[in-house]
Amino acid sequence: MLIDTSTIGLVEVEEGTKVLPPNLIITSIDKVVNWSRLSSIWPVTFGLACCAIEMMAAGAAHYDFDRFGIIFRGSPRQSDCVIIAGTVTKKMAPVVRRVFDQIPEPRYVVAMGSCACSGGIFRTYNTVQGCDTFLPVDVFVPGCPPRPETLMEGMILLQEKMRKEQARWSMWR
Amino acid sequence: MIVEVNMKFPYMKMDPLAIAERIKEKFPLEVVDVVSFRDQVSVIIKKEKIVEICRFLHDDPVLDFDHLRDLCGVDYLGKKEPRFEVIYHLYSVRHRHMIRLNAQVSESDPKIDSVTSLWAGVNWHERECFDMFGIKFKGHPDLRRILLPEDWEGYPLRKDYPLKGPEKEWSGFAEVLEKAKKYREFDWEG
Amino acid sequence: MEKVEKILETRELNVNMGPQHPATHGVLRLVLEIDGETIVNVTPYVGYLHRGIEKLGESLTYFQGLPLTDRLDYVSAMSNNIGYVVAVERLFGIDPPERAKFIRTIVGELSRISNHLLWLATHALDIGAMTVFLYCFREREWILDLFEMICGARLTVTYPRVGGVRNDVSQEFLDSLYKFTEEFPTRIPEYETLIDKNRIWLKRTVGIGVISAEEAINWGLTGPTLRGSGVQYDIRKHTPYDAYDKVEFEVPIGTNCDTYDRYRCRMHELRQSNRILKQCLEKLPPGPVMADTPKFTLPPKDFILKDMEHLIHQFILITKGPTVPEGEIYVATEVPKGELGFYFVSDGTGKPYRMRIRAPSFVHASVLSRLCVGHLVADVIANIGTIDIVLGECDR
Ligand code: SF4
Repeated sequence: MLIDTSTIGLVEVEEGTKVLPPNLIITSIDKVVNWSRLSSIWPVTFGLACCAIEMMAAGAAHYDFDRFGIIFRGSPRQSDCVIIAGTVTKKMAPVVRRVFDQIPEPRYVVAMGSCACSGGIFRTYNTVQGCDTFLPVDVFVPGCPPRPETLMEGMILLQEKMRKEQARWSMWR
Repeated sequence: MIVEVNMKFPYMKMDPLAIAERIKEKFPLEVVDVVSFRDQVSVIIKKEKIVEICRFLHDDPVLDFDHLRDLCGVDYLGKKEPRFEVIYHLYSVRHRHMIRLNAQVSESDPKIDSVTSLWAGVNWHERECFDMFGIKFKGHPDLRRILLPEDWEGYPLRKDYPLKGPEKEWSGFAEVLEKAKKYREFDWEG
Repeated sequence: MEKVEKILETRELNVNMGPQHPATHGVLRLVLEIDGETIVNVTPYVGYLHRGIEKLGESLTYFQGLPLTDRLDYVSAMSNNIGYVVAVERLFGIDPPERAKFIRTIVGELSRISNHLLWLATHALDIGAMTVFLYCFREREWILDLFEMICGARLTVTYPRVGGVRNDVSQEFLDSLYKFTEEFPTRIPEYETLIDKNRIWLKRTVGIGVISAEEAINWGLTGPTLRGSGVQYDIRKHTPYDAYDKVEFEVPIGTNCDTYDRYRCRMHELRQSNRILKQCLEKLPPGPVMADTPKFTLPPKDFILKDMEHLIHQFILITKGPTVPEGEIYVATEVPKGELGFYFVSDGTGKPYRMRIRAPSFVHASVLSRLCVGHLVADVIANIGTIDIVLGECDR
């Protein structure tokens, strides 16, 4: 049976989403999936260096990441995002890659700090010059270390990115 | 449970030059030179009797160097002969005096006896010195690289090692790069 | 019966812990050899954060090397800076003015408090007390705000300079610091009520990781980790630097040499640090904050902007570095974790010929193989916590 939308009180609350009071919502699967995904980003607790301290501060009481639905998880298998917080050394790179590989799809990478973005002040024999050399990075957060607010901005950018994705719920491989 | 006391137990602080004199008295053939700079004294010694000298400093009740602050290497490439020096910073927690021993190690025979039998904490310092300078410590229980991966080539803190590392990438990291390249086609492209 | 025994042979199990593990405080990796639940052997693996700071320091001038020290022990960056500048000052043979010394003592003790708070937070979190974590971070944020007030950065501060400090502190900062020193002693009992007599806390810390005084010295332990074993070794008392010989404080020591005593030591140190802060506030003398030694210290910024001579002078100092007397020097300072030593070999140029960092965490990490043996697997976490290591400093 086709519903004639002009006769019943469907209200368009935003582009592509209509609401029929009290509780019927018409929207696309993309929107629902993206919305639920971006409201509960669970990053792995994976501190590498100094930036990890600011990441901890961001998770603690004052800045309170939990209100964005960002809750740190101990195991990569339960999370969907990794924040590379700190200097990646060559000795550590295989481990970082392994942790990333263990995260189930869909997964995201945030490079936090100058070190993770570009190697920072350490242009030496054992530092990787930017973790984008071996990881697909979604958001770069500059700073040495970035303030918790900056990291927060980075996570909001990541959410924006997730909001715009299309069909990342299908068998896309 | 906590006892709070002011630090007022008696101690006998010795002048570092006097300590150097004592070492010289005891091992006249081993001491090459005594250098004093800003109230600190380095005793430059030959490496052969390093364990004996350290044992003497450790066990002598007047000297009583019970705390090895630090052990490290220095590379004097082209500046001094022999090329390397292994530096021991000794401190006595009881008597509060300090001395520095510089043991000369040549490039052709980069080996020195380990002092792990005297101070347990020196274990990792010696491993690090081996890692960074390639100086081998004879009698060390577990002499492996510590900071760098096992199969790393070269000794970074030597003066002829480039700061940015050699041309050839460490095999472990090259593998990761290879793997990342291979998996890139599976990445989500939006 | 015999047959069964033959089939059911027992052997030790190897378990890998880390480098990605929430309770290893960074990127420490341990390989545990366990027999059932009991630990037979522990092999720590470090170096996952080896950034080559010692090598990098050789290619930078004495002034440029300062920011590297923030990244060593990033939990108490201020103390590291102080350690570095004190060592370089000794090498140059200059003496900072009184006011700078007092300001350095203030920021050093603030950073000690913030370090111990973070230590308590993570240590308690690992053992299972979540609330302490949130409480400690509340006060830590306060201290970081104070740091921000004087230098604009929260973590990597780079505030002390060779020959003094970067800029004078404002009255506003002193007021807030005064408020902090009044308020902070009332916060310490808050943490203590949470865990001091907590049955789980006691079960997991008393009698764990016991190391006797002689053995602790022999292993090279320093700082509160050593003082928990009852050794009065504090560099602030032994060879005073900055203003530590002008303030009164006590050095708390433990008697039982275990994890619980080390925890009590650190709690007492919080109180003593607060006491030092108060005295510094009272005694803070007026005057300049930078030594007037044109050969070694940078001219004040106002002058650089106004006249040519100072500009050229600064340019030369920055690009070439100062002309330093030849020699070698080892200077140790008491950072929250223990003894931080800098060993410089100078060859007369503006760059150190060799810069060696004696990091307390490096030595402390090595003692893990001694502390854990014979305990249960769960106690490994308590032992990692009690020695208070930071891997940035351990690996350099
Ligand atoms: S960006 Fe700066 S703060 Fe972050 S890990 Fe690198 S050096 Fe440390």
